[in-house]
Amino acid sequence: MNLEHVVFGVMFVGALGTSLAMLFARNAVHAALFLVGSQISLAIAFLLQGAFFIAAVQIIVYAGAIMVLFLFVIMLLGVDRREALIEPLAGQRGLAVFMGGILALEILYIAWRGVDLVAGGVVQGARSLQALNEDPGNVESIAHVLFDRFLLPFEATSVLLVVAIVGVMVLARRISVLPDRTVAEPGHDDEETAQKEGLTA
Amino acid sequence: MFDFITADVVIALVKVILVFAVMLVLTMLVIWMERRALAQMQSRVGPNRWGPFGLLQTLADGIKLFFKEDFRPRTADKWVYAIAPVAAMVPSFLAIAVIPFGRDVRIAGHEIGLIISDLNIGILYFLAVGSLGVYGVVLAGWASGSKYPLLGGIRSTAQLISYEIALGLSIVPIVLAAGSLSTVDIVAAQSSSLGDVTFFDDIPVLEQISHAFTFMPKWYIFSQWPAFLIFLVAGIAETNRAPFDLPEAETELIAGFHTEYSGIRFAMFFLGEYIHIVAISAMAVTLFFGGWDGPIFDFLPWAWPLLWFALKTAFFVYLFVWLRATLPRLRYDRLMWLGWKRLIPAALGWIMFTAVVNTDGISRGVRLATFGALFAVVLLWVWRGDPRLKGIVAPKKGAVRGAA
Repeated sequence: MNLEHVVFGVMFVGALGTSLAMLFARNAVHAALFLVGSQISLAIAFLLQGAFFIAAVQIIVYAGAIMVLFLFVIMLLGVDRREALIEPLAGQRGLAVFMGGILALEILYIAWRGVDLVAGGVVQGARSLQALNEDPGNVESIAHVLFDRFLLPFEATSVLLVVAIVGVMVLARRISVLPDRTVAEPGHDDEETAQKEGLTA
Repeated sequence: MFDFITADVVIALVKVILVFAVMLVLTMLVIWMERRALAQMQSRVGPNRWGPFGLLQTLADGIKLFFKEDFRPRTADKWVYAIAPVAAMVPSFLAIAVIPFGRDVRIAGHEIGLIISDLNIGILYFLAVGSLGVYGVVLAGWASGSKYPLLGGIRSTAQLISYEIALGLSIVPIVLAAGSLSTVDIVAAQSSSLGDVTFFDDIPVLEQISHAFTFMPKWYIFSQWPAFLIFLVAGIAETNRAPFDLPEAETELIAGFHTEYSGIRFAMFFLGEYIHIVAISAMAVTLFFGGWDGPIFDFLPWAWPLLWFALKTAFFVYLFVWLRATLPRLRYDRLMWLGWKRLIPAALGWIMFTAVVNTDGISRGVRLATFGALFAVVLLWVWRGDPRLKGIVAPKKGAVRGAA
């Protein structure tokens, strides 16, 4: 038994425990917190593979940014009480089981075929994930894959995200006809606003 | 069974425990220093009763907090209320792990680096644990089951997420210049003199000016000062300190997220905040002021780097206190305006500039052009003032008349 086994044990119990707890939590905030725990456990799993960069990014992006926004929305909307278990979509459960089954089969297939499928198919001349993370290093390998081999899809994804952000801005920010006092810009101080209101009167 | 306990593991454990102990004592000193310095700046005396110059005042306060009643509001969420102070404290301690505070030393045949862990992604680790620090504040605000903490929690989510982006972007140019994500490498990259800088070579006048400064160390503060300014502002906002203390805002939110906390739980928030200040200061020193770099003399050669590092860090901790005594709190919309419309665009622009400058083998023309472009942008910025979204944020006069 070496250190790696100990860490793997902690990660395994943590990931499984928090994921199950998230599913069965009755309170939205509690569920979100368990999801954070699950994501941190997954980051440890990446660490065990020598993928330090992905582990750090996993925590920065998922645990540090996305889940905080989740909590923000939950807190703002006040949906932190017990929710009634009414299903808005008919046949939701059956569909969930079906899709979940497909996903489980896919994961099992990849686990069975293992590293050959991932490393051999994506990175030319790769030995295994662990060897790849050791030799050129995790940061370098990812840089080569993202900015060399898959540059076009990567940039296309970024354009997609920008389009989504612009869409949200358009939907959320209606141009109001009346002067909006809540979004006063610095420089547009009260005096100026007052003058404008004087015009309307 | 326990064969995973090797010399390396023991060394790491000793380092962790030592740094933890030093951090606790340091917090005591920092709180004392803040109270004394603030008092001096406000023409007061400050704590001066217990110990010489009141040095032991914080210890007395700590003991008091420890024995205070642990009060929990009836509407509070039991578990989250208990977890929040821990979630606020732990990330601050974790951030210390990647900060190099001295040169390697040799003890009993082991080469020991004076850093808890020299991760090859040290900078990302620092940002990652920093991003987890939000949870303490957010959860405390929500779990207290009371309106002022909730408002403080929501404010702080928006503030910390916004300034985290600026903080991360301000570090990118340093990573580009040093070519590494490891804090040890970044300190090493700053150890030579400014004479190594070749950016202005073959450019008349500027070349002579740059050569006049070759006696200075090659700390990134000289070549990367815009990044430093952004880092400093974003770092202060990340620690929730004045002038960015909106999540607490005692005059409007009655201390915000920790209104309902008392005793040892409050002490944990307090401890976390001060450790965070030390961590940000130490990171500023590591990234921009050469870390432990400084003159080393024959007498006790291992102690000098530690001394330089401690002095530089102490200056920044003092700066935090100084700012608190000087600046009033920002208004919320000004805070958002500064973060999103000033710091982030400025950081992105500076990243582009640094990327061009650090490209291998760029010609003199390109260097001149980038320098000129940067100069022009700064001039335009100063000249035009605020370009703002006319007609969207503040509607045109015609539209207002029509509505009336």
